[in-house]
Amino acid sequence: MNCDSMNYPLYIRSVPTQGELKFHYTVHTSLDVVEEKISGVGKALADQRELYLGLLYPTEDYKVYGYVTNSKVKFVIVVDSSNTSLRDNEIRSMFRKLHNSFTDVMCNPFYNPGDPIQSKAFDSIVSTMMVQAF
Amino acid sequence: MSPAQWDLPPELCCRPMAFVALTGLDVVYNAIHRAIWDAFCTNRRADRVPISFKVLPGDHEYPKCRTKRTSYEWYIPKGILKTGWMNKHLNLVPALVVLFYELDWDDPQWKEKQSECATKVEIVRTSLQGRNTKVAVVLIQKKTPLPPGEDLVASERASALCGACDLSGKSLFVLPHTDHLVGYIIRLENAFYEHAQTYYYNEIRRVKSHKEFLNKTTHQLLFVRHQFKMGFFSELKQDTQNALKYYRTAYSLVHELRAHETNMLEIKTMAGFINYKICRLCFQHNTPLDAIAQFRKHIDLCKKKIGSAELAFEHTAWMSKQFQSFGDLFDEAIKLGLTAIQTQNPGFYYQQAAYYAQERKQQAGQLCSHEPGVGYPAPDPLETPTGALDFYGQRPWRQGHQSIDPPDSEKEKQGILALQVKERDVLHSELIIALLSNAVAQFKKYKCPRMKSHLMVQMGEEYYHAKDYTKALKLLDYVMCDYRTERWWSLLTSILSTALKCSYLMGQVKDYITYSMELVGRGLLIVYKVDIVICDCQNEVPEPEPDCDPASVKMAQSLWSDRISLAGNNEFTIEVQDYVPFVQCKAKFLYPSFHIDEPVQLHVYVRADCPHPVRFSKLCVSLSNQEYNQYCLLEDASKEQDILEPSTQENMCLVPGKTRKYCFKFVAKTEDVGKKIEITSVGLMLGRETARYVYLNWRGGWGDAASSHETLQASRSFKRRTRLPEQQLDWDTVTIQSSTMIISRVPKISVQLTHEPPALTNEMYCMIVTIQSEEDTVAKDIKLTAGLKPGQDANLTQSTQITLNGSEVCDDSHPALLPDIPLGDLQPGQKPLYIHCVSTGSRILLFHVAYSVSATVEGKDITCKCHKDETVTLETVVPFEVAMKFVSSKFEHLERVFVDIPFLLMMDILSASPWPIELVNSEVQLASSMTAIDQPQSQVEGVTLQTSECASECFLLKCPPVQNGTSTVASGHYFISWKRKSAFAETSVVRTIVILPHVMVENIPLYVHAELPSFGRVRESLPVRYHLENRTGLVQDVEIGVEPSDAFMFSGLKQVRMRILPGTEQEMLYNFYPLMAGYQVLPQLNISLLRFPNISGQLLRRFLPSRIFVKVTF
Repeated sequence: MNCDSMNYPLYIRSVPTQGELKFHYTVHTSLDVVEEKISGVGKALADQRELYLGLLYPTEDYKVYGYVTNSKVKFVIVVDSSNTSLRDNEIRSMFRKLHNSFTDVMCNPFYNPGDPIQSKAFDSIVSTMMVQAF
Repeated sequence: MSPAQWDLPPELCCRPMAFVALTGLDVVYNAIHRAIWDAFCTNRRADRVPISFKVLPGDHEYPKCRTKRTSYEWYIPKGILKTGWMNKHLNLVPALVVLFYELDWDDPQWKEKQSECATKVEIVRTSLQGRNTKVAVVLIQKKTPLPPGEDLVASERASALCGACDLSGKSLFVLPHTDHLVGYIIRLENAFYEHAQTYYYNEIRRVKSHKEFLNKTTHQLLFVRHQFKMGFFSELKQDTQNALKYYRTAYSLVHELRAHETNMLEIKTMAGFINYKICRLCFQHNTPLDAIAQFRKHIDLCKKKIGSAELAFEHTAWMSKQFQSFGDLFDEAIKLGLTAIQTQNPGFYYQQAAYYAQERKQQAGQLCSHEPGVGYPAPDPLETPTGALDFYGQRPWRQGHQSIDPPDSEKEKQGILALQVKERDVLHSELIIALLSNAVAQFKKYKCPRMKSHLMVQMGEEYYHAKDYTKALKLLDYVMCDYRTERWWSLLTSILSTALKCSYLMGQVKDYITYSMELVGRGLLIVYKVDIVICDCQNEVPEPEPDCDPASVKMAQSLWSDRISLAGNNEFTIEVQDYVPFVQCKAKFLYPSFHIDEPVQLHVYVRADCPHPVRFSKLCVSLSNQEYNQYCLLEDASKEQDILEPSTQENMCLVPGKTRKYCFKFVAKTEDVGKKIEITSVGLMLGRETARYVYLNWRGGWGDAASSHETLQASRSFKRRTRLPEQQLDWDTVTIQSSTMIISRVPKISVQLTHEPPALTNEMYCMIVTIQSEEDTVAKDIKLTAGLKPGQDANLTQSTQITLNGSEVCDDSHPALLPDIPLGDLQPGQKPLYIHCVSTGSRILLFHVAYSVSATVEGKDITCKCHKDETVTLETVVPFEVAMKFVSSKFEHLERVFVDIPFLLMMDILSASPWPIELVNSEVQLASSMTAIDQPQSQVEGVTLQTSECASECFLLKCPPVQNGTSTVASGHYFISWKRKSAFAETSVVRTIVILPHVMVENIPLYVHAELPSFGRVRESLPVRYHLENRTGLVQDVEIGVEPSDAFMFSGLKQVRMRILPGTEQEMLYNFYPLMAGYQVLPQLNISLLRFPNISGQLLRRFLPSRIFVKVTF
């Protein structure tokens, strides 16, 4: 699940698909925190090159994690709070995988930056991650 | 039970303060007592001790104390905490009862009064039977007391009174009723506070002492109860640290209780109470993280404790309340100075509370949808004998019941039914909306605009469920544009669907159409209402939206038919820039500019994104000049036909995904030449003018809320454009040209300039303008404007003059630009112009030829005004330079001239012109201070100078005497008349004036000149006569010496000293005898004037020849 620097979704997927709308809202609202984090500590962040933003905000049932690339493309992962197998490190590596795959998509000369992502490779990366996670 | 049954009791939420009862005060009729009471209860700021005072009558009945249990062995508690307990200790059972009694130490009736006081104390004591409440006596006295120890009577009587009343000395106070009442009162209340603290300390110990009698199997409830009570007493004692400790223990104990369906509510209620207390104290201790951690723990522990499945809504209601009250606590702490952050603020708790409220509503909907026949059970199982519960969180129909199974299953059923029926009447939406709006306010404060929008959507949806469609629509409409600009189409779709339902149910035709248009448009995912717009335009009541409340639908339908029957209510204009409609439009002029003699072409591209073809009835473009609008209109001619019938005008139908192009052409008006024509808007009419219609309006001719981004994406795209079949266009490649310039017709004339640059300064420079028409028809009203191009240096304007008459020289009255020289209808010809440039440098000249010609465009005759500009850069140079100098008769350069001594004025005229110049004449006009020696005549007349040739002439002049010995005098003017020698045109003579330089004139005391032959011969006598002339009025002593020379022998006075009388001349004769041939230096004559030492011999020698040519003799 990720968004562009313009804050509109490039790719969004959820498993299971029911109640998808609610997750769309969750991702959308989490952008508030992402925006605040990247604007608030803009300079410090640029120096550290720490792209992983960590847990964005607490909800009762879900954990929302954020990640921002240097070009301000945002990745957001929402997982069930009860899923204890996913620690910070796992989330971090998931983001890294997503970022790598996203870079591959961007390298595709036929991909127009800003268009919704329609890539089989990206799809399968996301799918394997989702299978592993849940 | 009221809907507020989940609210926390006020006695739990308040800050507990020690309760002190005041008796013996008559605050109604006694002014002194009133003043005392006011001093106690007004102005209770934070710096005063926390006591809540109450005035009670002396014989007030305090709650009876039950007999103390000596053994708990057979005691089975019926619940955790009695509902009245907190209130009892806050407001009913005082820690201290203070008896006020008016008595002075020296009261005459001391004995009687003392016993009356003792009686009153006794009455209070009796009503407090069994309680540990302290009693204190305050004597209200009129006199100021003496310092302690000095008043013997006082101390004696005090101890007597203490004895009579059975009081300790510490419990007797004196309140002198004097000026410093407030000060005494503060001291008094501090003393009361100490007594109260002792009381609560004892109470805590008393409760603690019960512990040893309890056992873990039967008295579990009591463990919780006692810990809670100790916590509460500690709070009354203002010992919040210990209170927190007791409450924490109580909290862990409450979760150790055996939980089952029958007591789940009680456990949760108590857990909620204790949790509230803990969180409150944590915030009070400024440890908000502890509060949050406790709350999280509380929620985690209680989340799964649902209790009875049939009353699941009770659990969610309770959960909602937990979050809400925590949010309230958090918010309160913030108001007292705590800082919250974006990710941890009360908003989240309100939001979660709202979420549970929504859950509750849903569960209530499932569990409480009974058959219509099922009514509220009678007798009311929720009725209790006292009207209230004995213990917190118990069921009214089985109070005090603590075993696992309900005692009476039938009663249980009735009770549950009653609760369900009650729940059915709860206005859930109101609760949800209130919580959501709390959350919205918080998120607004903590910079979460998206969270705020999300909550507002929820609020809108809740209003929709509550059938408050106006408010729902208002909220949804407000946030819709946020989602639109953020381009979250999935979310926008869901919001729009709700908004569509609202507008339908309210009969808001315009909103309904707008929303449905956006829903079928691009980007959105709705397909279910394809023909919505078409239906709208049929002037019919649309099909109801799915999932709508049937009653509302019925009302809406009648609303709709009302609306429709009203005339004038059936036309709508929708400004598309705020929406993303299902039709896109781009309008462009074909070129950025059009000549007046060609038609203006305008293309409008329209594309539909909806899944079905759409027919429209009118397309019109409005332009900045509205007169052209009539040419840019496309209307369905078949007005009477049904719109759904296939019309002959195929092009009025938009096929999804295909771009249609509509071309318009019009001839611009001649007045619009030089003006811009803009597309102000493009309108597309759907529906019929005869019925309802919608007018989509694209301001500026294109663009809706999504276009700018799409254009950007299209411009970034690398995609190869697939070649589309003929007549089809790729939408993204259509560029926008929303304005065009109308420019004048291309002139078909030629303007030629003939001249010989550069121009010479002051010359009447001739330029010949040749205009030739290449028009097919007669060019009329030709006007020539010639001259300096405007916008250049202002100095150029003053130093350039233009005239048509070359025979006379221009002056300043002639303009720099000669406008509108009428030339009449064109006879091809020439026009000579003369330009007079006073200064050098380059200047740009403009030749503007304007004329009109008639032309035919699209079968329309118009008179076109054409013009042609020709510019030329003209360089102006100086024709010649004149150099002047003064020289002596010996052609020696003179820095100054001497009075009456002749000198020469020499002029050199150096031609700088690239063209030959003929000097016509020259003339010297002398100033009065100079005279010519002979008649000066021009020596250069008729001379022609080629480039860089030089002509010279000289004039012999002298200066008459001047006063003061020396002065600088003007010499006069030099006139040169000249003309350009040109074969090209007859040129006129120009007279150039040169000002002669000033010169210094000086008197000289002695003038010397020599008289000698023009040459000598070797060894032949050469007589030389020197004349010395005294020009002063004084006798001058002159010393003259001749220096020897190798070239000459000479005879005459070698060294002589003489006197020369004023105005006379002395002559000296020498015979020189040259010895050598050639130019020889004459023997030097040294003259020195003894009276004028500053006149050197050197100066005087300048008047004398220094050399002579000596010829050889044969």
